[in-house]
Amino acid sequence: MNSPSIRTAPSPALSQATANLRNILQNQGILIAFILLCVVLSMSSEFFLTWNNWTNIIRQTAINGILAIGVTFVILAGGIDLSVASVMALCGAVAASFSTTASESFIGLVVIAGLATGLTAGLVNGFLVAYLRIPAFVATLGMLSVARGLTFIYTDGRPISNLSKPFLWFGNGTILNIPVPIVALAVVFAVCWFTLRHTVFGRHVYAVGGSERAAITNGVNTRRVTALTYAISGALAAFAGIILTARSTAALPQAGVAYELDAIAAVVIGGTSLAGGRGTLIGTLFGALIIGTINNGLDLLGISSYYQQVVKGSIIVGAVLLDVSRRR
Amino acid sequence: MAELLVEATGVAKSFDGVPALLHGELLLAAGEVHALCGGNGAGKSTFLNILMGLLQRDAGTIRVHGKEVHFKSPSDALAERIAIITQELSPIRDMTVAENIFLGREPRRLPGLVDHVAIVRQARQLLDELHFEVEATRKMSQLSLAQIQLVEIARAISQNARILIMDEPTSAIGEHETLVLFSAIRRLTAGGVGVIYVSHRLEELFELADRYTVFRDGRFVETGPMKTIDRARLVHQIVGHEVAHQRRPANVGQSDAEILLDIQGLSHGKQFQDISMSLKQGDILGIYGLMGSGRSEFLNGVYGIGPRSSGVVTLCGAMLPPLRPKVAIKRGLAMITEDRKDSGLVLGAPIRHNISLSILGRLARLGIVRQGRERALSARMMKHLAVRAASDRLNVGSLSGGNQQKVVIARCLASEPRVLICDEPTRGIDEGAKQEIYQLLRDFAAAGGAVLVCSSEAPELLQLCSRVAIFKKGRLKKFVDAAQSTQKTLLHEASLNDAVQEGEEHVHEQSKHSNGAKPGLVASYG
Repeated sequence: MNSPSIRTAPSPALSQATANLRNILQNQGILIAFILLCVVLSMSSEFFLTWNNWTNIIRQTAINGILAIGVTFVILAGGIDLSVASVMALCGAVAASFSTTASESFIGLVVIAGLATGLTAGLVNGFLVAYLRIPAFVATLGMLSVARGLTFIYTDGRPISNLSKPFLWFGNGTILNIPVPIVALAVVFAVCWFTLRHTVFGRHVYAVGGSERAAITNGVNTRRVTALTYAISGALAAFAGIILTARSTAALPQAGVAYELDAIAAVVIGGTSLAGGRGTLIGTLFGALIIGTINNGLDLLGISSYYQQVVKGSIIVGAVLLDVSRRR
Repeated sequence: MAELLVEATGVAKSFDGVPALLHGELLLAAGEVHALCGGNGAGKSTFLNILMGLLQRDAGTIRVHGKEVHFKSPSDALAERIAIITQELSPIRDMTVAENIFLGREPRRLPGLVDHVAIVRQARQLLDELHFEVEATRKMSQLSLAQIQLVEIARAISQNARILIMDEPTSAIGEHETLVLFSAIRRLTAGGVGVIYVSHRLEELFELADRYTVFRDGRFVETGPMKTIDRARLVHQIVGHEVAHQRRPANVGQSDAEILLDIQGLSHGKQFQDISMSLKQGDILGIYGLMGSGRSEFLNGVYGIGPRSSGVVTLCGAMLPPLRPKVAIKRGLAMITEDRKDSGLVLGAPIRHNISLSILGRLARLGIVRQGRERALSARMMKHLAVRAASDRLNVGSLSGGNQQKVVIARCLASEPRVLICDEPTRGIDEGAKQEIYQLLRDFAAAGGAVLVCSSEAPELLQLCSRVAIFKKGRLKKFVDAAQSTQKTLLHEASLNDAVQEGEEHVHEQSKHSNGAKPGLVASYG
């Protein structure tokens, strides 16, 4: 008997149609959910579909989006990063303090100081997880606490304000009439999308998350790849921290508490498997947009932030449920 | 005859239209140890999986304790008092012996409160009754493999099991621990328990079993009392008629061929010890050994995905460092690992990405994969290996076993290796695909490469190789010339007790422990 090499269902035409439909629902599920959300909100609030509101949504999404993109690397490689929000606050504070002391023309140094802090925190996470084999959840939970504590120590618990003008540009400036945070998100997205899709490193990230043992067999340096995903996550958290600080015109030690949950939620809603190896950046982007839109919509509808948390939490669980059922 | 515990006849099972078991038959009586024998692909595991409720049969009848059963899960089987003991059974290592025995059925004091005192007391009582010398309060992680098996047996007995299935229980335990296990088994059968015993070590069967049943090619062949059969005839029944295989011609005129892979004195602990061999261009060298003979550990050590502590591996004149598969690939080594689903392929990734995975660096410029080259490589390999798939963008997990294995080989060949290491290259794939893979390996060797292939299927090695290295307990026992060997000689060599030396050791061990309580229980833990 000849066993078919690919499993085919009995009726080709029908199964093709259902397969297509299922495919759309699975792969474009996020898009459909997003559109539905927009339709509902635009019927409920006249402000929802205005230009201003959308610039606002995307600008608010930018910070979470950049964090979520970093976290996507980590989750794709089979890990988790709980420390991004704390690292973001620490890097914002470091950059802000440089900004108040350095002259305006040294804005490059300010940015580098922030990014270097984030990169260091990420490398520590990566070292702990990849080389010392500490479970990612524990290592990054530790970093969550350490980085937050360092932020309070560094700022002495007080906001750092009086930021230089070039620094503030990251939050309130525009490029070609587009707010800088939105441009930043777009650039980060484009670079990271290219990295994941077209570089050797990106493909190794998927391989390590898909099957670490197969990656090892194929000569992939799984430890280095894993460590680098955390480094990327840390550096992007730093970038988000600079934008957040500039937008709020001061580095607050308690900035962005619990933002890591929104970032992880965006990744998961975007269809990336928490088991690793499967997922896309475009999904993460839509995940972040959905969270931004929910926040915005619930604000417009005058629903209290307490309820917003309940709604958001339910959506995260629903998204994972979808992920589980997708894998049968 | 004693009461029949299991009566199975005409049991059949197919997977995706490929029959794995055509006619399984077995009668198990109370109080006997019944050896179930057969080579790879004989259908033993399928049969046992059906009996345990892991698989459902397509046809046939199974009666347990006289009534027909249709198990849907292992718990159904357990309800009919069938339990299985294997190496793979994983106890909860951080819990005590007593806690493991009563896991899920802990004696309670109040609802929801575990009675720790009662657990230990009952466990001790049970272990004493069975004469198992295992302390109930020890952590599982402190026990030896044999003791863990005793605990598993105790657990099964505490669940009132009357039918025990033991699948290769001795493959990883030492000589005198085996004795302990055997005396435990004899005590159980004396109490009316029936044991179905599977082992590739034929000596054990003659020592332990009362009856035997042989399966071959998915069919029941014969059954009878162990007393009425000798070793030669049992081997004959297991192997069947020697198939006249198309043999590859012995390497003629290749004595001056370049040595590609040279291995000297490779060792790692007790897993493999002092193994040396070398492969020339055109060689296909086989490795044959039973489970636990260290063959896979050796291959992993050579390639660098498993540890090795001493010895030298030289590939095309350059030394290979341990644990650096990347270097091995770069220098011209590739490996088909034993378990393609786990360590061979990224199942959730497309075929194309799997084929190119080990050489992405070569396909890239400045770290960016050149997609055109990758596409061309994938298309070339798919065609070369006749991978049957609608597109190389499909996930490799959606392919049949044979096609998945071809993708593994494609990935290996993509790095243009000089030497190919194959660990069970045709496991779980159909006959047609097997022959295609044999041909690919032959072509590879004929084109100036060398192949080191390990298989538990003797016919496969006889068909492919010119020489076969026999592994036994971590050592390379001897090389045999495939042209002058049969399946029987391979099985014989690999399973034979080295009667003289080991017999002496044996006596020695016995006398050493004779003043102690029980032989073997003083054995090394861990």
